[in-house]
Amino acid sequence: MVPLHYYLVLSGILFACGVTGFLIKRNIITIFMSIELMLNGVNLSFVAFAAHWHALSGQVFVFFVMVVAAAEAAVGLAIIIAVYRTRETLNVDKVNLLKL
Amino acid sequence: MLHLTLFLVFGAVCLAGAINLLVQRHPINSALSLVAVMAALAGEYLLLGAEFVGAVQVIVYAGAIMVLFVFVIMLLNAGEEERTRGSHIALLIGVPGMLTGSLLIAWVLLHHSGTEAVGIGALPGPPKALAQLLFHDFLLPFEVTSILILIAILGSVVLAAKPEPSQEKEN
Repeated sequence: MVPLHYYLVLSGILFACGVTGFLIKRNIITIFMSIELMLNGVNLSFVAFAAHWHALSGQVFVFFVMVVAAAEAAVGLAIIIAVYRTRETLNVDKVNLLKL
Repeated sequence: MLHLTLFLVFGAVCLAGAINLLVQRHPINSALSLVAVMAALAGEYLLLGAEFVGAVQVIVYAGAIMVLFVFVIMLLNAGEEERTRGSHIALLIGVPGMLTGSLLIAWVLLHHSGTEAVGIGALPGPPKALAQLLFHDFLLPFEVTSILILIAILGSVVLAAKPEPSQEKEN
């Protein structure tokens, strides 16, 4: 038996790692991966609460989060390709103008 | 006892992968450590009795989404990340603030949650029960997500398509 709060602490740490990566990373692809890490942390707490309260709805919501993550990854990576095509860089510090 | 050991092993892999993602400078190394995090999370889902979610986690997250990431990294030939210096005030205020915040949350969780244990296999998550819920109670959100996926496909095709030659001349 593993207590519920162990899962919650693990999910919180994963989310915090995602936030930290989002803030300190300078490569736009790695920033996207940090967002995926945050979504994974949230998913873990969804499943843990679903098991805690014996409600399967939590697991269903994990699927919705996965769909949103997939859509976000597809659109985001397309945006990254478009940005790279016009600016030839992946460093977010150099992408500081809306229009070239 | 076995459950706790498995939880700790998978959790350690998760944490090591997450920290490795932050430390590594090459995006491909970060992507591979993220795959490790997702695979370990699938193990955690199995421990929580969510077997179908675990399988989908491996197939969709560690499989499809990460392949997309690795593909883009290779397509753009992404090199090592150039570090720029952050502000010192952010470091001075942010790190202690984050530490106190996370310690506070951990303390509240450890002391004030109704600490009922989550047992292995306590909640069977078979595909049949999930499908009953997904296609009956959550039918409308399910259909809405299909529209979302359609819009995402159209958007990524429009965004990533090469500009037409006539437009290129104008630019």
